[in-house]
Amino acid sequence: MLSRHADSLYWLARYVERAENTARLLEAATRLSATPILAEGGRNEWEMAVDGTGTLDLFHQQHAEATQRSVVDHLAFSHANPSSIRCCLDIARANARSVRTALTMDMWETINSGWMETRGVNSPNLTRQELSDFLSRVKELSLRFDGSAYRTMLRNDAYYFLRLGTFIERADFTARVLALKADVLDPSRPSIGGSSDYFQWSWILRSVSALTSYHWVYRDNLKPNLVAEFLILKAEMPRSLVSCYENVTLNLDSLSRDYGRQGASQRKARMLLGQLQDTTLPGLFAIGLKEFLERFILDNANLGNTIAEQYLG
Amino acid sequence: MPAFDEMNGFGQGVRPAYRTIQAWLDSSDPENLKRLQKEAEFLFRRIGITFAVYGDAEAEERIIPFDIVPRVLTGSEWTALSKGLTQRVTALNRFLADVYGAGEIIRAGVVPADLVYQNPAFRPEMVGLKLPHDVYVQIAGIDVIRTDDKDFYVLEDNARTPSGVSYMLENRDVQMRLFPDLFAETRIQPVDNYPDELLASLRSVAPISAPAEPTVVLMTPGPLNSAYYEHSFLADKLGVELVEGRDLFVLDEVVYMRTTRGPKRVDVIYRRIDDDFLDPMVFRPDSVLGIPGLISAYRAGNVTLANAVGTGVADDKAIYTYMPEIVRFYLGEEPILKNVPTWRCREPDSLRYVLDHLPELVVKEVQGSGGYGMLVGPKSTREQIEVFRAKLTADPDGFIAQPTLALSTSPTFVGDGIAPRHIDLRPFVLTGADKVRIVPGGLTRVALKEGSLVVNSSQGGGTKDTWIIEDPADLPSPSSLSQSQSQAEG
Repeated sequence: MLSRHADSLYWLARYVERAENTARLLEAATRLSATPILAEGGRNEWEMAVDGTGTLDLFHQQHAEATQRSVVDHLAFSHANPSSIRCCLDIARANARSVRTALTMDMWETINSGWMETRGVNSPNLTRQELSDFLSRVKELSLRFDGSAYRTMLRNDAYYFLRLGTFIERADFTARVLALKADVLDPSRPSIGGSSDYFQWSWILRSVSALTSYHWVYRDNLKPNLVAEFLILKAEMPRSLVSCYENVTLNLDSLSRDYGRQGASQRKARMLLGQLQDTTLPGLFAIGLKEFLERFILDNANLGNTIAEQYLG
Repeated sequence: MPAFDEMNGFGQGVRPAYRTIQAWLDSSDPENLKRLQKEAEFLFRRIGITFAVYGDAEAEERIIPFDIVPRVLTGSEWTALSKGLTQRVTALNRFLADVYGAGEIIRAGVVPADLVYQNPAFRPEMVGLKLPHDVYVQIAGIDVIRTDDKDFYVLEDNARTPSGVSYMLENRDVQMRLFPDLFAETRIQPVDNYPDELLASLRSVAPISAPAEPTVVLMTPGPLNSAYYEHSFLADKLGVELVEGRDLFVLDEVVYMRTTRGPKRVDVIYRRIDDDFLDPMVFRPDSVLGIPGLISAYRAGNVTLANAVGTGVADDKAIYTYMPEIVRFYLGEEPILKNVPTWRCREPDSLRYVLDHLPELVVKEVQGSGGYGMLVGPKSTREQIEVFRAKLTADPDGFIAQPTLALSTSPTFVGDGIAPRHIDLRPFVLTGADKVRIVPGGLTRVALKEGSLVVNSSQGGGTKDTWIIEDPADLPSPSSLSQSQSQAEG
C-alpha cells in the first residue's frame, strides 16, 4: 500500500486511542473530585489528569490554576492543545478522510458521524451530566471504531498498521499514567495510610479502566505492587505493557510475513517484548519503577520512529 | 409557453414512462416525503458525500442536495441518446488525434487554425505524440438537455476531468435504500457496473510496455479539492490506489509510487487534476500537486494519462460550435445529437446580434465552466446586463451566446410539495481501446430554485437518480422519437 496511507492509518488509530484515553482520564478526575482532597502538596485531581497526557507545561502557559473548568477546556476542547479530544478527533478524521479507500464503510461512518456529533459540543462550562455524556460519546466512538475495524477490515497491511498505532499509543498511555504515580506504588515507601493511598491506586486503575478487572484477577484489596504488576506484566490485562507489546509484535510479524521481509522494527519489538516477559515484580522494583517506565516510554517512542523509517517514509 | 415536463409533457396527461412515479407521488403523504427527504440528506452527510465550494470558507464541506423524485427515460429514448453520445465522443477523440497530429481538419478549412493553435488549452507538448490506440478522452461527461420529447441537445462537452459520476452511483444507492418498494414495481437498468467498465477502459489503454496486469492509480489534488469525495469513492470502487503527487516519482522516465514495500511501477494514471498542475517542470512551476518529470515519462510512452494532456482544446465553447462539422468531417455521418444554436461572438455579425438581444440570450465565457461567469439574460437585472455588455465588447472572442432554452422540467420535491424544476443530464462516456462504454443512466442535475435554469451544484443545483426503464408495453409508436430503436440496450 501507499506509504502515505499506512502513515495515515497508523496515526488515525493513535489519535482515536488518544481521544479515548483522555476521556478516561477526565472521567477519573471527575470521580476523584467528588472525594476528599488528596494530601499531596496541593496537586489536585485535575492537574493529575493534565499530567497524564504529558501536557502540563503547555497547560501552565495558558492557565493559572487547574480547575474543572480550565482542565476540561484544555483536555477536551482546546485548539491550543494538540492532544485535546477535539484536536485528536479533528486529526483522526482528517487522516481518515485522506485514507478513505483503506477504511471500510463502517469505520468511516463511525469516525465521521462521531466527529459530527461531538463537534457541536465545545464549551468548558458543561454541567457534570453534559460532560459525562460527551465523554461517553468519545469512548463510544473509539469502541465502535475498534470494533468495526476488528469485524470488517481485511486482514492485510492496512489492518496491521492500524493496529500498530492503537497498541503503541495504548502502551505509551499506560506507562505514562503509571510513571506519574510511580512513587505511590513503591512498596518501600512509607505509607501515608488511610484512604489517600487507596484513592491514588484506584485513580491509576480507573484511568485505564482496570479497577474491576483488577479485582477479578487478584481477588484482593488494592496493593501497590500488584497494581504495578497488573498494568505492566499481566498478559491477560489488555492495557498492560506486556499485552500491548504482544500485539505490537504480532502485527509487525504479520506485516513481515506478508511482505516476506523482516526489518529493524520486528527486531526491536521482539527485544522489548522479551524484556517485558523476563521482568519479575521484584526485579521491577530493584531497577526502580520510575526509571523502568521512563525507559520504556523512550523505547516505545523509538520503535514508533523505526516503524516510520521502515514503512512510512 | 410552459416548458416541456418529463412527467406531464405539455399538459396532455402523464407520459407512460412516469406512470409509476405519478402513482407513487399520488399515494404518498407529503409529510412522509419530507421526512424521507431529510433522511436522504442525513445519509449523504454521514457517508460524507460532500463537496467544497470555492470561495466559501464557511462551508468547507457541503452536500449537493439530492431530490427524492427520480428522473425517468425509456429504453428507446436511451438507445437513441447513447448512439448519439458514442458518435460524438468518437468524433472528439478523432479531432484530438488530428489536431495534435496531421491537422487535416484545419487544412481542410473546417475549423479555424487560430481557434485550435491559439487556444490556451492547446498543449504543444502533445504535438506528434502517439497515444495508445489514439484514445485521448477516456472519460467524457456530455451535458444534454431537451425541450420536448424529440431531440436531445448537447449543452457542453466535458473532456477534461468531468466529475459527478459518484453521485450517479450514490443517488441510486440512497434511492434504493429509502424507497425499496418503488424498485419492486419497475425494472431499472443498473448503473453499478460503472467502476468495472471504467477499469476495463483504463486498462485497455495502458502503454504497450506495461505488464499484462497494468497498475492503475487515481490521482487527486488532495482532500481540499471540491471533488475529493468522488476521487476516494471511485478509487475504492475501482480497487486502485488513490494517490497524490507526492506519492509518485519519476526515475529514468518511468513513474513509480512510494509504497510500504518500496517503489512500485505505475502504468495508467486516472488523473483528476488539471493539466496545469501535472508537472512543475513543464507546466506551472509553482505547482506542488504534480510530479516532476511526469511529462517526460508520458512522452516516452511509459505511462498513460486519462484523460490525455491537452483535451481541453476539444471541449471549450468555441470549438463546441463546430462539433456538427467535426462529426461530419471524421465520421461522414449526420450528427445524431444536436448542438444548441450558438452565436460565435468572434464573428462581427453574430456579435452585433448578441449585443442587440442580450436580455433574451444566455452568454457564456468560452473558457468558463461550472456555471461561473455566465449571463442568463432573462434572469438578469439591467445593470448586470450592462456589466456583461462591457465585458463582451472588450473581448468578443472570449464569448458565445445561445438562446435561453426552456430546459425540460421534472417533478421535484421542494419543501411543501412537488413542483416542476428544470433539469439536464450528464451521461458518462468511456472510451477504451476496444469500444465505447456507456452505463445506462447518468447524473441528472436539477435547478432547485423556481424558474432557475442553472443546474450547477456551485449555483444551487441538486441531483436526482436517473432511471432507464424498459419501454412500457403500450408505449405509443415512436413516431415522435427520432432515430429511436425499439429494443432496449443490452
